[in-house]
Amino acid sequence: MTDEAMMEKPQGQRVLIAEDEPNIAAALQFLLGRDGYSVTIVADGESVEKAVRDQAPTLLILDVMLPKMSGFEVLRSLREKTEFASLPVIMLTAKGQSQDRKTAEESGADVFVTKPFSNQEVLAHVKRLLTP
Amino acid sequence: MTLSPNLLFVATFGYIILLFAVGFWGERRRERPGLLGSALVYTLSISVYCTSWTFFGAVGSAARSGIEFTAIYLGPTLVFAGWFVLLRKMVHIRQNQQITSIADLISSRYGKSPGIAALVTLIAVVSTLPYIALQLKAVSSSLAAIMTPGAASLGANTDPHYLTAFWVAAGMAAFTILFGTRTLDASERHHGIVAAIALESLVKLGALVSVGLFATYAILDGPQDVLRRLPETIPPPGPDFDARWTTTIALSAIAVLCLPRMFQVTIVECTNERHLRTAGWAFPLYLLVMTASALPIAVAGIAHMPAGSNPDLFVLTLPLSADQNGLALLAFLGGFSSATSMVIISSIALSTMVSNHLIMPLKLRGSITPGQLPQTGDVRGFLLNARRISICVVLLLSFLYYRMSGNHGGLASIGFIAFTGVAQFLPALIAGIFWHRANGRGAALGMISGFLLWAGALFLPSVNQALTITPTDADPLVTALTWSLGVNTLLLILGSLSRDPFALERLQATRFVETFSDADGESERLFRRSAASADLYVLAQRILGESDARTLFTEFRERQGLTEGLPEADDAFITYLERRLASSIGAASARAMVSSVARAEAISRETLIKMADETARLMDHSQRLEAKSQELEETARQLRSANERLRRLDALKDEFLSQVSHELRTPMTSLRSFSEILIESEDLPPENAAHFLRIIHDETLRLTRLLDEILDLNTLENAEGALRLSTFDPMRELDGAIEISRALDPHRRIRLVQARHGPRVSVRADADRLRQVFINVLANAIKYNTNPAPAIWIETEYEGGYLHVRVIDNGPGIEPLDREIIFDKFARSTRSEAKGSGLGLAICRRIMERLDGAITLDPPPPDGGAVFRISLPALPSKGPFLVAAERQELF
Repeated sequence: MTDEAMMEKPQGQRVLIAEDEPNIAAALQFLLGRDGYSVTIVADGESVEKAVRDQAPTLLILDVMLPKMSGFEVLRSLREKTEFASLPVIMLTAKGQSQDRKTAEESGADVFVTKPFSNQEVLAHVKRLLTP
Repeated sequence: MTLSPNLLFVATFGYIILLFAVGFWGERRRERPGLLGSALVYTLSISVYCTSWTFFGAVGSAARSGIEFTAIYLGPTLVFAGWFVLLRKMVHIRQNQQITSIADLISSRYGKSPGIAALVTLIAVVSTLPYIALQLKAVSSSLAAIMTPGAASLGANTDPHYLTAFWVAAGMAAFTILFGTRTLDASERHHGIVAAIALESLVKLGALVSVGLFATYAILDGPQDVLRRLPETIPPPGPDFDARWTTTIALSAIAVLCLPRMFQVTIVECTNERHLRTAGWAFPLYLLVMTASALPIAVAGIAHMPAGSNPDLFVLTLPLSADQNGLALLAFLGGFSSATSMVIISSIALSTMVSNHLIMPLKLRGSITPGQLPQTGDVRGFLLNARRISICVVLLLSFLYYRMSGNHGGLASIGFIAFTGVAQFLPALIAGIFWHRANGRGAALGMISGFLLWAGALFLPSVNQALTITPTDADPLVTALTWSLGVNTLLLILGSLSRDPFALERLQATRFVETFSDADGESERLFRRSAASADLYVLAQRILGESDARTLFTEFRERQGLTEGLPEADDAFITYLERRLASSIGAASARAMVSSVARAEAISRETLIKMADETARLMDHSQRLEAKSQELEETARQLRSANERLRRLDALKDEFLSQVSHELRTPMTSLRSFSEILIESEDLPPENAAHFLRIIHDETLRLTRLLDEILDLNTLENAEGALRLSTFDPMRELDGAIEISRALDPHRRIRLVQARHGPRVSVRADADRLRQVFINVLANAIKYNTNPAPAIWIETEYEGGYLHVRVIDNGPGIEPLDREIIFDKFARSTRSEAKGSGLGLAICRRIMERLDGAITLDPPPPDGGAVFRISLPALPSKGPFLVAAERQELF
């Protein structure tokens, strides 16, 4: 971690990670936590909306292949509600097909990141989306 | 009492003069026939059927064999009254085709074949010789009877008057040459001869009726007396009467159609089809009167003539014995008429056939080569001379036959030899005008075989008794007719079916069989022929004569609309000319002659055959095409369905690849993320670094396992030979699987209970694969069991030929939604904690399918958990039965 990063430590930025693969969630938590974001994790689709309401995150990292409810369904449901219409969302998918990318954009994702991702890429997206 | 030779000579000579006079008168009335062209004269000329055999022989036959003699009159009656249609058809064909004789008719039908014409001619001549000889014998016998005192009353068989017979033959030859060969056109009516024959028919009818009346009223006491004496005088029917009676009726019916002279008068000399209608009742009536007259003569003869008298001569000897010289003379003239009329007509018919079908083809072969027509030489004169010589030769041969056959046998038996001989034409004739398929091969085979059988059975024995081939105990006539006609007909049918008709045969068959449908002329043009008009003119001149040829050519030229020169030798003209020539020299010879100057290359016979074959082939083709197109449709349907299957498979493959991609990306994401962290961070606390390295290690193992399973599944799906089958005890593998699974539960938290029922069994399977399935199911039951007191029950039993292994756990169970998909590839449980590769159960299912078994989910137990059932075909092994349940606490 650079000094510059340390200096620009984000204040009060809360990131919610919806990821059913514990190791991936752990990696993201470590990366974001080290950069000063406060991070919460949910492991299935149904729990996302409740967690968004309860914790009011400033950014959502959403996996597509979630148990019980897919990431696309979760996002569509969130975007229908005015309070979450402008919540920045980074979508993670293990399927590289362009159809997925299109579906993700239509469902209202801000960024679409394909697994396996580069740590720097994800961090850059988070930082950009949270910069006013 | 006898007639004086002088009176007899004068009367006979006077009668001959009368015949000549009538003949000349008839020839002069050629242009205006009047009465001569009437149906009455036609009927009287048909009565040439009644020869001296009838005149003398009927009485003899009645006296010897009784009622049987009526058969030879019933036969013709049947034909004329019953087969009227057949006669009409033959007359129609004759007129359309300018037929000159029965040989011409048959050969013309079978492709205008010269060979068949010659064959028919040969058979006709050989068959007719005995018949003409019979007439000569009758005349000489009657002369002897009437001139020789004493011996006459006892019968004249002792001293045949060969010299008389010879002069009779010579006289007939002279008469026939004079009136029968005046013109070459053999299809034209011989008016002089017809007039003379009609007169003779009247004379013989008058004579027989007179003698019959004399016998009835002067010798007997009227018709009642005749009928009263009938049973005692006329012999009763013999033992084989039925067969002979039927045979005789059939024979005489056939003869009236096939005898050359009957064909001549009935068909060739018929100028008007309507005359047939009159003849249809008048001729049978004539026959009836003749038959009725013969009966009282036979009765009176047997009653009043001395024993041993020749019954064949009762007609003469009865009046003589009563001193009725005038009546005897009339009777003699009647017999003479019967004989001469038959000889005259027969020799005309035969000479026409011999000259047209035997001599002419030889002449054609000798002198005419295509394109080289000799400019000189009159064929007409040559042919007429050939005909004249033929007449002499036929009569000479008949005379010789008479000399050789001597005197044995009554008149009737000689007549039947002739009848059976010409009967060999019948199959070819009938088939020719009713059966399209009949062809030259069949006709020739039939006639040759029939002729040979006839010769062996009847003709040769008649010359020399030793030459017979028929069994002695059988009636030779019945046997000969049945066998010769039977074999003849059989070979005609087989021969005809053995090859397809040639084009010309097919064409002629259509013209003969469908003669009334009159599509004639059109079909002939299929043979598009061309020729030099000059060549045709030379040809026509030589056969028709200068003036007739010129008239014909001028006529046709005008019809073509030309004013000078020769008519254009187009196909219609050539056809017309050939037919005109056919009326003189027969169809076969006419065709050969015309073919010598006309080329038929444009559409040859071969082309026509090809055309016909082509049509048949095309039809065959279109049928095959139809079948092919159905086949193709079927193939296309199968292809579509195969394509559909392939596309489904392709979609599944895509889906699988996509799933694999996803499953691989997940561990790789962890690997990349943590390794980046390790690379980039120098100040990472050691415990963090160790933790991250462990994750990387675990994910690597996970990735490897996943790849192994993908490859494993792929092997099971594709390679048919991937299984290593052997026969073993499945419990050994189950025990092995339990042993391995224990490693997953190092602290022995889980209670494992095993219960085995039924006999010990053996299975035919892949032992390693079966163990893999057991391990997979047990591992799942252990790994995902969240029950605080986890337990697993393993129950085995043998039922319905299958070994069933049930693995029951008390874990969380399978969600109802997941029960459907749990064996699918990468089926992701809705329960997030289930984190396998997603391929384990799919592999298990595939293995069990390959082993002809199954892995299924049983309904869950009431208090939760899952029940997996593994089934496999098994047989009880030879070891001891384990009837009692074996229950075992394993750990």
